[in-house]
Amino acid sequence: MSDTAGGRDWQSHPPYLFADYRSTALRAPTRPLIPIKHCLSEMTGPVYGHEAVAPLDADLTRNARRNGEPLGERIIVTGRVLDEEGRPVRDTLIEVWQANAAGRYVHLTDRHDAPLDPNFLGAGRCVTDEKGRYRFYTIKPGAYPWANHANAWRPLHIHFSLLGPSIAARLVTQMYFPGDPLLAYDPIYLGAPEGARERLVSRFDLAMTEPDFALGYVFDMVLRGRGETPFESRV
Amino acid sequence: MRDLLKQTPSQTVGPYFAYGLTARQYGYPNSQIADGTLADETVSGTRIRILGCVFDGEDAPIPDAMVEIWQADSEGRYAHPADGRGSNTGFRGFGRQGTGTDSRNRFLFDTVKPGPVGGEAAPHINVILFMRGLLSHAYTRIYFADESARNAADPVLASVPAERRATLLAQPDPSMPGLYRWDIRMQGERETVFFDL
Ligand SMILES: [Fe+3]
Repeated sequence: MSDTAGGRDWQSHPPYLFADYRSTALRAPTRPLIPIKHCLSEMTGPVYGHEAVAPLDADLTRNARRNGEPLGERIIVTGRVLDEEGRPVRDTLIEVWQANAAGRYVHLTDRHDAPLDPNFLGAGRCVTDEKGRYRFYTIKPGAYPWANHANAWRPLHIHFSLLGPSIAARLVTQMYFPGDPLLAYDPIYLGAPEGARERLVSRFDLAMTEPDFALGYVFDMVLRGRGETPFESRV
Repeated sequence: MRDLLKQTPSQTVGPYFAYGLTARQYGYPNSQIADGTLADETVSGTRIRILGCVFDGEDAPIPDAMVEIWQADSEGRYAHPADGRGSNTGFRGFGRQGTGTDSRNRFLFDTVKPGPVGGEAAPHINVILFMRGLLSHAYTRIYFADESARNAADPVLASVPAERRATLLAQPDPSMPGLYRWDIRMQGERETVFFDL
């Protein structure tokens, strides 16, 4: 399958059962997946254009302000969405959600004893432009503890959901930060195969940094190509 | 020949997706792009409701799953440019429901029954499933138990071992016209059929 764009590349994606991530034990499908030959059902998917996005949706430093600025380090997260052949994937709806600078989610069941920020919700969305580019302003998320194992902490991360050109290209993933020492201990990050998981780590880019305002991180994402395009027909 | 770029790995949606992806459903102040209502009264077709639950390997309802559905309209047309016939009804065909707001952790979709899509005999709804503990999402399909003639001619159903096909069939609930029951089981004797797209 390695010379055909379009399949789900299981050398890149995590397996369903990954013992170190305890919640997989009772939730991982146990039987082999049944292959489907792509027809219209798989080659189509929901279409959302720029009309699905309001002006402040991509600015998490402003979209939930009540009485001031959110606390923490302002960052810019930007990058491109490409398909496996390197073509920009335009009009991809990207939804993001994350913890605040203290490592606390707004989510009602997050019991972590860290402060909420009245001026930060941590959710946003945007749509890629004709070059596949996207851009968010946000606050650098904090690490947070979780119950997977003793002294377990999630590395800093931002959750991403992408609605690309088809349901076959659907992607939900997480972006990490370079040099985070917690990556080496995180079974969710380590669930992605070695050689692939590194692609989940954004890179710091001084050129993307806005002077006196926010640090820039670049996170490019690659979605599956179109299954019907044989490799040989491309240059 | 040049190398293909490598796909970005999937990661779990985690336990805290609600205010990011299903905010309105869970009562957060921000908006969401899709919910459990795919069709209102203006959409043509047979109105149906699909009610179900996602069960883990110990048969416990999963309270933090997110179910997405993608379907054709009542004439079997997808609202997508790859479907050259175009959508005749203005029906978008995309729904999204978390399982954390119902007291029994069920999901509910209000929609229309899809028509058969070209090349495939039987009407079906495509399902994408996400949850904490699922590092890569899972794909499955809903077929309709009251379409036995078309189901018998469907090539995808035919590719599924006969004894597992029932996991894909939504069952009409006699207590209410248009209501179908369809549960997802991650494991066990009646584990749902999941597809590799
Ligand atoms: Fe998280």
